[in-house]
This record gives sequence, C-alpha cells and structure tokens, in this order.
Amino acid sequence: MEAYFLFIFIFAIAALLGFELITKVPPTLHTPLMSGSNAISGITIVGAIACARLGEGFLSQAIAFFAIAFAMINVVGGYLVTDRMLASFKKKGK
Amino acid sequence: MVYLYLLATLLFVFGIKRLTSVRTCLQGNRLSEVGMLVAIVTVLLVGTDVNWAVVVAGIVVGSGVGLVIAKRTPTTQMPEMVAALNGFGGVASALVAMAELLLNARLKLDGVALGDLGVVPAIANPATIIVGMVTLTGSFVAYGKLSGKKLSHPFDGGARHAFHAVLALLAIGMATWLVMTGSHLQMTFAVILLALVASTLGVFLVMPIGGADMPVVVSLLNSYSGIAAAFAGFVIASPLLIVVGALVGASGLILTQIMCKAMNRSLGNVLLGGMGGEETQAADAKDYKSIKSTSPEEVAMLLDGASSCIIVPGYGLAVAQAQHVVKDLADLLQKRGCQVRYAIHPVAGRMPGHMNVLLAESDVPYDQLWEMDRINGDFKNTDVAIVVGANDVVNPAAREPTGPIAGMPILDVDQARTVVVIKRSLSPGYAGIRNPLFDLPNCLMVFLDAKEALEGIVKEVKDLK
Repeated sequence: MEAYFLFIFIFAIAALLGFELITKVPPTLHTPLMSGSNAISGITIVGAIACARLGEGFLSQAIAFFAIAFAMINVVGGYLVTDRMLASFKKKGK
Repeated sequence: MVYLYLLATLLFVFGIKRLTSVRTCLQGNRLSEVGMLVAIVTVLLVGTDVNWAVVVAGIVVGSGVGLVIAKRTPTTQMPEMVAALNGFGGVASALVAMAELLLNARLKLDGVALGDLGVVPAIANPATIIVGMVTLTGSFVAYGKLSGKKLSHPFDGGARHAFHAVLALLAIGMATWLVMTGSHLQMTFAVILLALVASTLGVFLVMPIGGADMPVVVSLLNSYSGIAAAFAGFVIASPLLIVVGALVGASGLILTQIMCKAMNRSLGNVLLGGMGGEETQAADAKDYKSIKSTSPEEVAMLLDGASSCIIVPGYGLAVAQAQHVVKDLADLLQKRGCQVRYAIHPVAGRMPGHMNVLLAESDVPYDQLWEMDRINGDFKNTDVAIVVGANDVVNPAAREPTGPIAGMPILDVDQARTVVVIKRSLSPGYAGIRNPLFDLPNCLMVFLDAKEALEGIVKEVKDLK
C-alpha cells in the first residue's frame, strides 16, 4: 500500500507541474503544443514494451504487439507532425 | 539504469516548457523526442525476458504507419490528424491494462480476483480501459466530424442523457464484475464487454457536440490520452508513465480551458452540446435579402484607394491552400503603401492556432498577425476588411443575447468601412447558422474559392498601374 501512496503522491505533483508549465502560451503555439504533448502521451509505449515478455500466452503477446504498434503510431506520427509545423516557424530565421 | 527514466522525465518537462515559446519551440520538441528515445531504449535495456519478435514487429509496423500518416497529411488536415493519432495513444494504454490482466502472475491463480491485489490496481485497471477506449472512439468521431462528415445522435434532450447514463452504469457494472470475479475466463469476458461499452460511450459522448466545438473536444481528448497513460502507469507500477501521463493530462486540460475562454463558454456547456450543426436549422440563400456580389476586379479597385487593410483568414483559406497567395496580396498591398495586418480569431480554422501555423508556412511575419483583442478596436479605422473563408468568427449574431453562438467573441469586421467576404457560397459555417454580416450595406461578397479569388485580386492589383 505504501508504494501506491507514493504513486498517488507523484501523480498529484506531476499534474500540478503540468498545470504550472503552460500557463502562458502564445496562440501561435496552441496547435503545435497540442500535437507535441499528444506525441508525449505515446509514452505508454514503455508500458506496452514491458508487456511483451517471453514465455507468455499468444493472446497476451498479440495484445502487446498491438499496444506497441498503436503507441508507436502515436509517437512517430505525433513528433513528425509537430516538427513539420514548427519547421515552418523556424524558416524565418528567428 | 532506471535513473535513465528520470532523465527522460526531465527531458519531457523541459521539452514541454520550451514548446510554449516561439523562440525555443523547435528545441523543445527535440528535447521531448530525445526523452522518448531514452525511455524506449531504457525499457529495452532493463527488460530481462523481452519478446524481441513482438517488440521489433510492433515498433516497425507502428513507425511505418506513423511515418506514412505524418508525411501524407496536408497542413490543412492537421487537426483531424492530431485527433486520430490521439486515438491510437488512448487505445494503446487500454491494451496495456488488458495485457497486464493476462500477465499478472497472481491473477493466473484460480480464485484470485483483481480486487485482491489492492484498491489502486482495482480502480486503475478498469479506469485505464474506460478512459483509453473512450479516447479511441471519441477521437475517431472527432476525426470524422473534422473531415466534414455529418454524424447525428439518435437521441435528443433527456433521452440522450438517460442513454449516456445507462452506458456509464453498464461500464461501472462491467468494471465491478472485472474486479470481483476470481475466474480468469469470466474476467476475460468482463474486459471485452467493458471495452465494448466504453467504446460505445466514446462514440455517443462526442457525437452530439457541434463541429464548431471540435477543437475543444480534440484538446480534451488529448488530455484523456495523457490520463489513460498515467492510469496505465498505476496498472504496471511505472512512475515514468504516471508522471509523464499526468503532465500531458494536466497540460491538455489547461489548453482546453484556454480554448473555452476564447469562445466565452464553459467546458460543461461545450460537452453538453449547445452549439452545432444538428441543433440549428441550416441557412441558405433565401434567408438573405440584400446580398451584393462583386468580382476580383472591383475588389482590386477598392484596394487601390485603401490605406489600411485587415485580412481575416478562416478555414476556407486552409481548404483552398491559399496561404501563399494571401501573402502575395499582402506584400503587393504593402509595396503600394497600404498597411496590412491579419486578424487571428482564437478558434479560426479547426484548431486554436491553426491559422498561425498555416500563415507561418508561407512566411508571413509574426508582427502582422494580430490577436482578436488587440485588433478589434482598429476595425472602425480600417478601409477594407477582407474575410477569407471565415464565417462564424465574424458573425454578428454572436452579439445577440440568444442563439447558438450567443456570447462568443467575434472579430468586429462589420465596423470596417468596407468588408469583402470571399466565400464559395452562402452556405452556413460550422455552427450552421445565418450570418447577418452578409446582408449589411458595407459588405461585398466574392463567390469564389479563396485561392481563385485571391489570385484574381493579385492579378488585378498588379494591373492597376
């Protein structure tokens, strides 16, 4: 139970940090920010990979495969799209 | 080795921080990409019995699909894209929770229920599945709505809420069954049913929300996929997932709040589906009395005598891919000594900042992009306001006390000396209502595709001298 208390604790602190991190964002960056943080939510890839273990049943490994693939679509697609959007800002040499 | 997870987390935190400023945003995204790489490499390094076949296959397939989607999507379809990608993230978290149910060594013993593992897993596991599946189907309904599909809810008013309540109760029922049962077979059934009920709920929750509110929904679903990842972190006891998921969940909520404020509405109001295509009767040409249609040539003549001009871009500009032509026109007018600015409504297009991204692509300088609050007072001293493919964000009906968009802040283009509206037809905007602006004496309509019209105007302005 104590480990779980710690988890709830860091969850709360991390959420507060998230609120504080982005109190001021210029509207220009709303879409890239949404897209960039969307890519970060693909962090679930780490959980998906941890589920792919040798010596487990077919069903669980099939689920792990799809979890990895879907999370990876989110990660790769999300970062590439964000990069594309931000690259158009960069061009102006600011 | 596990301290690498701490490094990844820090990279995400600084990455998000840097994404909030124009100067550092590209670097911020790089930081978060490196963080993701570190996290993935670390989980592969610390794993003792990694099923490499499954991992490699999953990564190759997922990366391939992600790459193709990202490369093939035109800038105009970015909002739909983000919605779809978000759905994939949500379902991945739900799948992680399902896999854990099958993998957990104690649950494999007969007679051990999920509830026996402790309160936190008993709540986190079904919660991950519910939030993940709602994110999946909700995101795809949002994707459909953003790509212009009309989807309407089968129930209205009280029946709709009752229907949603029944689905939610069913989900809680399934979740309870999942937690209580000691039989592995029953648990499997409960998981499948729970996933189905949650998916259905996701579809119907987003369905009644009007198209104009989709940016808010996408942002909220973005937050959900973060929360799903955090819950998945509780399920597999991963502090990394908990922290990073909570960060994304919180940032998504803030962004959603910012968007709601821009539309002067509360989140509850948006989610209960106040505005939208289904709620109002469509307007068409016979609703207008004194429409004045004009040609690019006449607009060029009008601009010849103008010393100030404000361009109001909307989704039509994105659809017509007219972001480069509009820049050409602005450059041309500036060379002729006319002051040109762009007025950016916070929710113009299909996402906040959609227009900024689009105009940045054609190198429009930042100082020409003016936010609504800063420029609204200037319309009355402006000679020509050119509305390019925008509708709801310049609809004076928002100033009325009632109506579907009542109270939404708008750009006061009607106060300019002359308003030129470039729009393909008189069809209503996303909110599906009549726009009284078009009937005003100082409003001229150019019924052409945005690109065609602007190209025409550019050509005519060049011919002026």
